[in-house]
Amino acid sequence: MTRFFAWGTFLLGCLFFALPLIGMTEFSLKMRRGEYSFDAYARVFADQRFWDTFSYSLTLAAATIVVGVVLVVPTAYWVRLKLPQARPVIEFITLLPLVIPAIVIVFGYIRLYNTSSFLPLTGSALGTDILLTMGYTTLALPYMYRSVDTGLRTIDVATLTEAAQSLGAGWITILARIILPNVMVAVLSGAFLTLAIVLGEFTMAALLNRPAFGPFMQLLGANRAYEPPALAVIAFAITWGCMGLMQLVTRLSKHERAKA
Amino acid sequence: MMPKQPGGQRLRLPLEWLGILPFVVFAVLFLILPTMKIVVGAFQTADGSFTFQNLIDLNTDSIRSAYWTSIKLSFVTALLGCAIGFAMAAAVVFGGMPKGVRNPLVTFSGVASNFAGVPLAFAFIATLGPVGLVTVWLRTEFGINLRALGFNLLSFWGLVVTYLFFQIPLMILIIIPALDGLKREWREAAAVLGATGLQYWRMVALPILFPSLLGTFALLFANAFGAVATAFALTGPQLNIVPIKLFAQIRGDVLGNPNLGYALAFGMIVITALANFLYIWLRVRSERWLK
Repeated sequence: MTRFFAWGTFLLGCLFFALPLIGMTEFSLKMRRGEYSFDAYARVFADQRFWDTFSYSLTLAAATIVVGVVLVVPTAYWVRLKLPQARPVIEFITLLPLVIPAIVIVFGYIRLYNTSSFLPLTGSALGTDILLTMGYTTLALPYMYRSVDTGLRTIDVATLTEAAQSLGAGWITILARIILPNVMVAVLSGAFLTLAIVLGEFTMAALLNRPAFGPFMQLLGANRAYEPPALAVIAFAITWGCMGLMQLVTRLSKHERAKA
Repeated sequence: MMPKQPGGQRLRLPLEWLGILPFVVFAVLFLILPTMKIVVGAFQTADGSFTFQNLIDLNTDSIRSAYWTSIKLSFVTALLGCAIGFAMAAAVVFGGMPKGVRNPLVTFSGVASNFAGVPLAFAFIATLGPVGLVTVWLRTEFGINLRALGFNLLSFWGLVVTYLFFQIPLMILIIIPALDGLKREWREAAAVLGATGLQYWRMVALPILFPSLLGTFALLFANAFGAVATAFALTGPQLNIVPIKLFAQIRGDVLGNPNLGYALAFGMIVITALANFLYIWLRVRSERWLK
């Protein structure tokens, strides 16, 4: 009886999740009248703006990951090694982006860094890109920090540091050649999640007026019929790919550890 | 701690804080100052003097109804998300289902909880929109006209259905570890004392899970409350919910008063902050049991 209800609930849930995925896939194939075709996809891929905005978002994602890693790894390491008393404060700060909606944060950016402010980042395209990268880093901060901090928990930070120091390593060497390789799995899984977040992000990019992938999808959605579901399928595949890579690196690392 | 340290140690202490300086500078510049700007702006007039007028001005029909719709939307999607997510998680954890079902469900939940925003809106338009797969199928096969029945994807309930696509997976992701934390011994102990399955759930499992459930509810609430992209891509700027209103205000000062925009954003922070602190507080409480 329990099993019957369990399967019933589970299958109903699956139906709810499957239908929109089937719906978007089916719709994206219907561009040619009377038969299924990949015309919508061909149209999307033939659109120069698709490649422009996609590579723009990809570049920003890469920048976000670099900034995030450079910011989070040393901080999480230092807090574990020297400043355990700062831990609650840092954790609180890393949770803030979940508390403050992205739209509020970007609203603050627009008003704080406008052309007449002490740091007129929104005055130039490059400045706005930097601001957007920082915004994305903020959005990814809770996930990145949690991931890296969990990674650091599994290694003996103090012993590794002392060993490296007694061999004459400086802080940069310790971080880049001892700590980073040891938490690589955590960093990569944070990085793939960041990639998924940045590629689909709409609010910040739209309000800062940058040609990112999210606003492009929205624009196309407002004007076309068959391309949007094709884009949705592509976006879903990207999200799935990012999550799959996340799982893959975790699994590979377990494998390695088991061998060692 | 300070007085116990010998002199040399005391001098070194401030230097150690330099290690987190880059992080602190980042957090101040890109998280704390922008938020403070909004909070302070909510209490300022256009020329910078202190006032409560912006918050009082929020009390118009249009803004009140925007907040009310947003709160209702977040509440309903959080409630349904919790209930359905819990049912699915419980089915997988306790329902005697094969082991192979669980991992794919968790993986899928990870994907689906991140598949929000613009593409999600497209997926639902292609499914439940006027010419969507399900809409057309119901009409041609069963003669059920969703529109005539009052269902419209671009309305409140349409948004609810769409939001559930990321709310349910989020619930599943958070609640499965909590369900795993329910010890087998508790169930057996209850059974030995003569409890039925229902009694076990009502008197043992649910009270233990209650903080996690309520906490996750709060998280889901905040999650829905701050979401902009899904609603914007689905309905465009016309739906009257707070994030969309704020979006339009930032783009073109539709309220005709920049400081009223700050107040609108401040209201959002207050609501999501309340929900999140409830989540964090309850999470700390629930972790006492689920070690």
